[in-house]
Amino acid sequence: MTGLLRPRSIGANRQRVDGPAKVTGTAPYAYEHPVPNPAYLHPVQATIARGDITDMRTDEAVGLDGVLAVLTPFDAPRLETGQDAELEILQSPEVHFRGQLIGAVVAETPEIARQAAGLVRVSYARRDHDVSLSADRSDLYRPDEVNAGGETDTRQGDPDGAFAGAARAVDATYTTPMYHNNPMEPHTTVASWDSTGLTIYDSTQGVHTMRQVVASTFGIEESDIRVVAPYVGGGFGSKGTPHANIVLTVLAAKRMAGRPVKYALTRQQMFSFVGYRTPTIQRVRLGADEHGRLVSLSNHVVEQTSRIKEYAEQSCEPARKMYAAPNRGTSHRLAPLDVPVPSWMRAPGECPGMFAPEVAMDELAQACDLDPIELRVRNEPETDPASGLPFSSRNLVACLREGARRFGWAGRPALARSTLEGGWWVGTGVASSAYPVHQSPGSSTATVRFTADRRYEVRIGAVDIGTGAWTALTQIAADALDVPFEDVDLRIGDTGLPAAAVAGGSSGITNWGWAIVEAARAFREKFGAGPSPGDERTATQPENPHTERFAMSAYGAQFAEVRVDTDTGEVRVPRLLGVFAAGRIVNPRTARSQFVGGMTMGLSMALHEESVTDERFGFVVNHDLAEYHIAACADVRSVEAHWLDEHDPYVNPMGTKGIGEIGIVGTAAAIANAAYHATGVRVRDLPITADKFL
Amino acid sequence: MIPFDYRRADDVDSAVATVTGNPRAAFLGGGTNLVDHMKLGIAEPELLVDVTGLPLDRVEELPDGGLRIGTNVRNSDLAAHPLVRERYPVLAQAVLAGASGQLRNLATTGGNLLQRTRCVYFQDVTTPCNKRTPGEGCAALHGYTRYHAVLGASPHCVAVHPSDLAVALTALDAVVRVRRADGERTVRASALHRLPGAHAERDTVLEHGELITAVDLPPLRFAANSRYRKARDRASYAFALVSVAAALDVADGRVRDVRLALGGVAHKPWHATLAEHAMRGGPATVDAFQAAADAELAEAEPLPDNGFKLKLARNMIVSALRGLAGEDAP
Ligand SMILES: Cc1cc2nc3c(=O)[nH]c(=O)nc-3n(C[C@H](O)[C@H](O)[C@H](O)COP(=O)(O)OP(=O)(O)OC[C@H]3O[C@@H](n4cnc5c(N)ncnc54)[C@H](O)[C@@H]3O)c2cc1C
Ligand code: SF4
Repeated sequence: MTGLLRPRSIGANRQRVDGPAKVTGTAPYAYEHPVPNPAYLHPVQATIARGDITDMRTDEAVGLDGVLAVLTPFDAPRLETGQDAELEILQSPEVHFRGQLIGAVVAETPEIARQAAGLVRVSYARRDHDVSLSADRSDLYRPDEVNAGGETDTRQGDPDGAFAGAARAVDATYTTPMYHNNPMEPHTTVASWDSTGLTIYDSTQGVHTMRQVVASTFGIEESDIRVVAPYVGGGFGSKGTPHANIVLTVLAAKRMAGRPVKYALTRQQMFSFVGYRTPTIQRVRLGADEHGRLVSLSNHVVEQTSRIKEYAEQSCEPARKMYAAPNRGTSHRLAPLDVPVPSWMRAPGECPGMFAPEVAMDELAQACDLDPIELRVRNEPETDPASGLPFSSRNLVACLREGARRFGWAGRPALARSTLEGGWWVGTGVASSAYPVHQSPGSSTATVRFTADRRYEVRIGAVDIGTGAWTALTQIAADALDVPFEDVDLRIGDTGLPAAAVAGGSSGITNWGWAIVEAARAFREKFGAGPSPGDERTATQPENPHTERFAMSAYGAQFAEVRVDTDTGEVRVPRLLGVFAAGRIVNPRTARSQFVGGMTMGLSMALHEESVTDERFGFVVNHDLAEYHIAACADVRSVEAHWLDEHDPYVNPMGTKGIGEIGIVGTAAAIANAAYHATGVRVRDLPITADKFL
Repeated sequence: MIPFDYRRADDVDSAVATVTGNPRAAFLGGGTNLVDHMKLGIAEPELLVDVTGLPLDRVEELPDGGLRIGTNVRNSDLAAHPLVRERYPVLAQAVLAGASGQLRNLATTGGNLLQRTRCVYFQDVTTPCNKRTPGEGCAALHGYTRYHAVLGASPHCVAVHPSDLAVALTALDAVVRVRRADGERTVRASALHRLPGAHAERDTVLEHGELITAVDLPPLRFAANSRYRKARDRASYAFALVSVAAALDVADGRVRDVRLALGGVAHKPWHATLAEHAMRGGPATVDAFQAAADAELAEAEPLPDNGFKLKLARNMIVSALRGLAGEDAP
């Protein structure tokens, strides 16, 4: 056991401690930190997708009133190279993708910087570029491993043979397009580099990660860098690892020697160099006996990466773990293209990788003449199909059943295209969700200190990207110290605090919370219940002995009602309902917002989102929020999130599993399945747009 | 983006004189389109003449029973106006189908009509576009064309006009009142916007310095039986894939009069004259509506990504007319 905490604050429906500051506009986001006499940066971006810069004429820009500096690859400060090609900008004249950062203007105002950036004249020696992903490219390759350390290929038994002999079969190809993270707050950096060191106010998911990357990129000591991020307006993974915009701003700050430099991305720039979710092409084959029991399950995925830096999205993970099947095969293949580096986007791998198998399961249910919930129940594994380990807890079936009850699944017509109401085809669909419990032992450290005014100050370099970490960590600290919530003062978002893991992989609460619990326990052990002002203890999150013994994941079931207009094919989703089993819920208010937010983003993926690449130019042409559609309020009618009371003593002392990402996993499949049920049209290529029903 | 001067117009004549006299000056309405274009480098005015303070912000009844809409009537106010809702529901519905609440609160009548295409290549100065820079070529022609034209395009430009308001005004045969340096002129709404031909850079027939002061809605009794239908990729806050503005006058099962315009299909709001002609005097039946839609769309030339617009337009025309004829129309 992990010494599960006795919950008092944990589980309470607490308002966000940062709420009043946010709604009154007094919570400083990165751009808003007051710095003396700031200068403003606007980048110069490549307008070709591959080639070399032969010349950059900057005289016009330099000549503009108010321009302070212009940086180009020919004169920018040098970086440490050979570590991360994505970050090593302005070090050579090479262009690897369109939109790449190739220069910067620093000026007295953002407007002057923008104008001057437009006056920089760039000449290129172009080379042919290639940005076209397809499954039949001859240069697809096998990465050594995939994101989060997973295996590239897996094989159990004889998937092909078993598939060939299966009584019921589904063999189909599914595609998900490219997606771009668009948190409300674009990536923003304020950097100031003077004789005392480098200070960075940044919109980041991890201050310590950022510090470490900046230190190694610039070849300086971490102790000379401070990164501050008390409030962040969303990240969804795109701020989890530093991107080139940070390097550009710090390069400029170095050039400006002491004068702070501010850079906030425009919305269009969000589509160029801060990561995106790779498009996927997934060939799924399911073979089953006549009762719907899987005998073979495979998913072979083709994705893209950039030529300069590999990123392999782990899209096969769901196919490896969700259902029992004696024969199984999965593989990832990558096309190296002249594109920006793909990166993390909410539930990387799990999210796109759940879409194809969960739609295939719906197709299999139809082939077996079975209710889709019953099909899933029949294929529930006893132990984790990937590792063979027992589950620390797995309540997928309970989620499916509870969801069916709440949603009103019973009595659903078995046949597709059987309900017509007032000019709409109406249907319902279901899909499963899962998300692994990630943890990084040793990654996070916390300090508990008793202050002169008899309060408990809890210090940890965690970051709240809008998730509710400010509140949830305070609740955890209160219970770990056995004091009222009000007695805890949390300090986060600063490298001046003890080191902490990045807010990513739905692991923030696991990593940071555990460090806080360790520190609190060490504090009480040393000082007892009556500490003196100044007493303090620091501790680091330990190894979890149970990760070797158990497979740990959160599970969920998502239900959708879909309406398709008989005249226009327009798709609306009046109802989404999810039931999740994600361990203990620290705060129902912030948890609901995570689940509902994830589901809404899943709806957005199902119906709207698609980054359209123009292959001739090599970039995403619908690069703003008028053209790249994200679900609007009118798209989201009733979104309900529920959860089961789940006790898992093995995951960590809080009993939590992580809830930031599971909400987006499976949603798109539930909606696609409901759209099929409504219309009889099987859409295997996202997004599910009107034209597909005409 | 370049530095610019800003001036508030005191009166119509001097505003017109100022802009007419300076080829780098522009009128500023709500700014929801123009200011975006300035940031993106699509428009580079050196002087903005803000006309929103001019007393052109009322909806007035005209003696003949029509309405005059001042150019500075904000889209939100236009859609909410009781007389508009009662007499010209198609117009109120069209405005409400556009943009978002915040944008409609700022957007003006004239600014809405003169907003420019959302063609993604037009909006990105790093790609060639004849509308931005004549002679440069059209990046859309062999590019991403989901939202582009199926009617009346040219090899020079395949963009569509994005305004919903303009489609309704075309169906209603509204008249746009324009002030110019030497007086006033009127332009029919259906003739305000152009087809691209060899001059994609010209969206409308207006000359530089001409100020829209008002839009007149002629009296049209049967416009009370009108509607706007817009198909789009999300439930709100999206431009039309296809939209239909229709008004129908049926007596004894026959079409006495009909008005029909399409949005999202052409470089201008598309007045469906062929369909109107086919229906007028004929039976108010689904068959007749289908035949009329087919007549209108016969000349359509879809692009690789937008063939679906034909079926969509046909279905929407038929369903809008059928709804106006009464759901029991045979
Ligand atoms: C995200 C987004 C979504 C949108 N969705 C829709 C939609 O679905 N449907 C829709 O119809 N619209 C939509 N719009 C566009 C919106 O309706 C227009 O931006 C708005 O109507 C423009 O009005 P404005 O007063 O702000 O014009 P401005 O931006 O001020 O001006 C636009 C143009 O008109 C000129 N101008 C302004 N007033 C006059 C005048 N009186 N006489 C002569 N010239 C003048 C200006 O010089 C400029 O060239 C959307 C806009 C955005 C940003
Ligand atoms: S369609 Fe028209 S607006 Fe679009 S790129 Fe071509 S010329 Fe420009």
